[in-house]
Amino acid sequence: MTPYENPELDLILSELPALIEKNKSLRDILLANLAIIGETPSPTFKEENRIRLLLDRFTELGLSKTSIDEMGNGVAVIDGQGGDNNLMIVAHADTIVSEKINHNYTITPDEVIGPGVADNSLGVAVLATLPYILQQIDYVPQNNIILVAATRSLGRGNLEGLRFFLANSKLPVKQAISVEGVRLGRLSHKSIGMLRGEITCKIPEQYDWSRFGSSSAILTLNEVINKINDIRLPKRPKSSIVMGTISGGNSFNSIATTASLRFEIRSESVQLTREIAERIDEITAEVTSGAGETVRLDTFASREPGGIPFSHPLVRSTRKIIQELGVEPRLAPSTSELAAFIDYNVPAITLGITEGEHLGDDNESIRIEPIYKGLAQLIAVIKAIDGGICE
Amino acid sequence: MVEEKERQNLKISLCLPTLNEESTIGKEVVLFRSELMSRYPLLDEIAVIDSGSTDKTLEIASNFGADTYLASDILPDLEPKKGKGENLWKSIYQLKGDIIVFVDADIKNIHPRFAYGLIGPLIYRPEVQYVKGFYDRPLTLSNVTRPSGGGRVTEILTRPLFSLFFPELTAIIQPLSGEYAVRRNVLEEISFPIGYGVETSHLLDVYGKYGMQAFAQSDLDQRIHDNKSTRDLGKMSFGILQTFLTRCKEMGVLDTHKDYETVFRQFQAVSSDYQVVEHHIIEDERPPMNTIAEYREKFGLDKSK
Repeated sequence: MTPYENPELDLILSELPALIEKNKSLRDILLANLAIIGETPSPTFKEENRIRLLLDRFTELGLSKTSIDEMGNGVAVIDGQGGDNNLMIVAHADTIVSEKINHNYTITPDEVIGPGVADNSLGVAVLATLPYILQQIDYVPQNNIILVAATRSLGRGNLEGLRFFLANSKLPVKQAISVEGVRLGRLSHKSIGMLRGEITCKIPEQYDWSRFGSSSAILTLNEVINKINDIRLPKRPKSSIVMGTISGGNSFNSIATTASLRFEIRSESVQLTREIAERIDEITAEVTSGAGETVRLDTFASREPGGIPFSHPLVRSTRKIIQELGVEPRLAPSTSELAAFIDYNVPAITLGITEGEHLGDDNESIRIEPIYKGLAQLIAVIKAIDGGICE
Repeated sequence: MVEEKERQNLKISLCLPTLNEESTIGKEVVLFRSELMSRYPLLDEIAVIDSGSTDKTLEIASNFGADTYLASDILPDLEPKKGKGENLWKSIYQLKGDIIVFVDADIKNIHPRFAYGLIGPLIYRPEVQYVKGFYDRPLTLSNVTRPSGGGRVTEILTRPLFSLFFPELTAIIQPLSGEYAVRRNVLEEISFPIGYGVETSHLLDVYGKYGMQAFAQSDLDQRIHDNKSTRDLGKMSFGILQTFLTRCKEMGVLDTHKDYETVFRQFQAVSSDYQVVEHHIIEDERPPMNTIAEYREKFGLDKSK
């Protein structure tokens, strides 16, 4: 046998077509879970209702070890047949959608439409359905599978839920898979360094009216943005500054007294991430020194770069599984859950389940057909890890 | 509930009457099939009975595994009629259930409770024949009093009419809700207006035949759907009024009630406690002013003679 041959993985690959067919027959169960979970608002820091719903699902499926921890994470364990290891499947339970938004979903034969459906209601629905699928295909794992719907993941949440679980769980995690709704083929195994922040500009309510027309918090923020734009980034290590959202002012005819910018620094280098952050800090101080304005920088989330190499057996096996499904693996680095696993030295990957459109909008949608492959991929990777061929 | 249903050897059918409901029908069928057929086998069939949709309602419903029928294809030898009541009536012929659950197809926040909440009382209480859904979700959990009731037509038309002629029926919190479950032996005994009056006539007929003890009500929490325009509500009211007056005539109510009831009943809810609020509204009449002696005197009406 050459080092490239792996009969155990070949067996898993050969089961994929039957698995896809089986998943088709379970469509209604998954879609019903998706609608029920997705229609329960779950903005970051307010995930309780969605988590409780998920736990009810786990209990209905006969999982006995279900709990909600201090950070609000929803946890369930599928008991293995005596194996010593714990494999973890995580999906972040929070969405960027405010609870004030109408959360009603529409289901058509081709797609499901509704806010947060791709990011990450589908991921949580997969978590809710996974024990049922494993029961239906008569798969009892050797090792324990820990299912975690992680809270406080996005934005200011800064992966607090998952970090808390990894820091405090009595069950040491051997390997982990993070499940995201989109996109099928995504295979993230590295996390890039990241630092997130918000710059807020304020001018006094009674501003210098002699400068009528030229004074505004928006103009001050504009100055900040221009200066950030002037920061020169090296070609290597790869780095970028993402200007994410901007807001300010109230109406057409009143001077904006506050304006804010949310940004993210991404880099393969920790050192460079820090340098860019320092430069932005200097810019805010520089602009503040102007008359009357205050410019404040608030950084609230950061990730260290890291991950497992391309040649890691987990990445290699997953790549083969995705290719066997006729999908081209996309090896994009991630700033998501992987970062927490990296901090705790747990080999982990992020997988996508299907295709989606209008991401982040109220009419966010996911396609149903690719889900069958997406689920088959997830189950095959679980089998591969459980079978010990990813170490 | 499933065990008890099986013990009683009952068959339960879910009927979704439709006319152009492509945006909501998929989710309804998926949720009911997944939760109440695959996971908990409470329903024996899910049928969509359509009035002739021009959109993809039937295609979508069928794709998700519902049995789909065009109302006009059921009992085709009868003279064709069109309306929601017609679909419901024909469902009695087409479906096999001992209990039929009717759920409107335009509900945006559909949930399995819309079916099991209505079925429960029929399974556990043999005396109950007709279970009506109502919706009431408190905005806060404090013990403040809040008005509880139905839509505009219910509060402006149906409730005043019931208060006048059938005071006992005012106990039905949402008489016009499209969500109800009924035993076949009751459904086959009552006639069906084909249009908007069907819910009203059901209540009057079941009340007439079986009395109030035949009714149960289920709190289905909240129902989100598109609001109808005032013009549409006008049409609906006209249909309901027609049915109501026809029934009153048949029941001899219009002739015998020389003095109408003067108590108008509405509901308010404190926490989950529903209280009847009775308003004594006496639309008393004053005679023409010129029949009042004081008036006649003040304005010298008698002097001119």
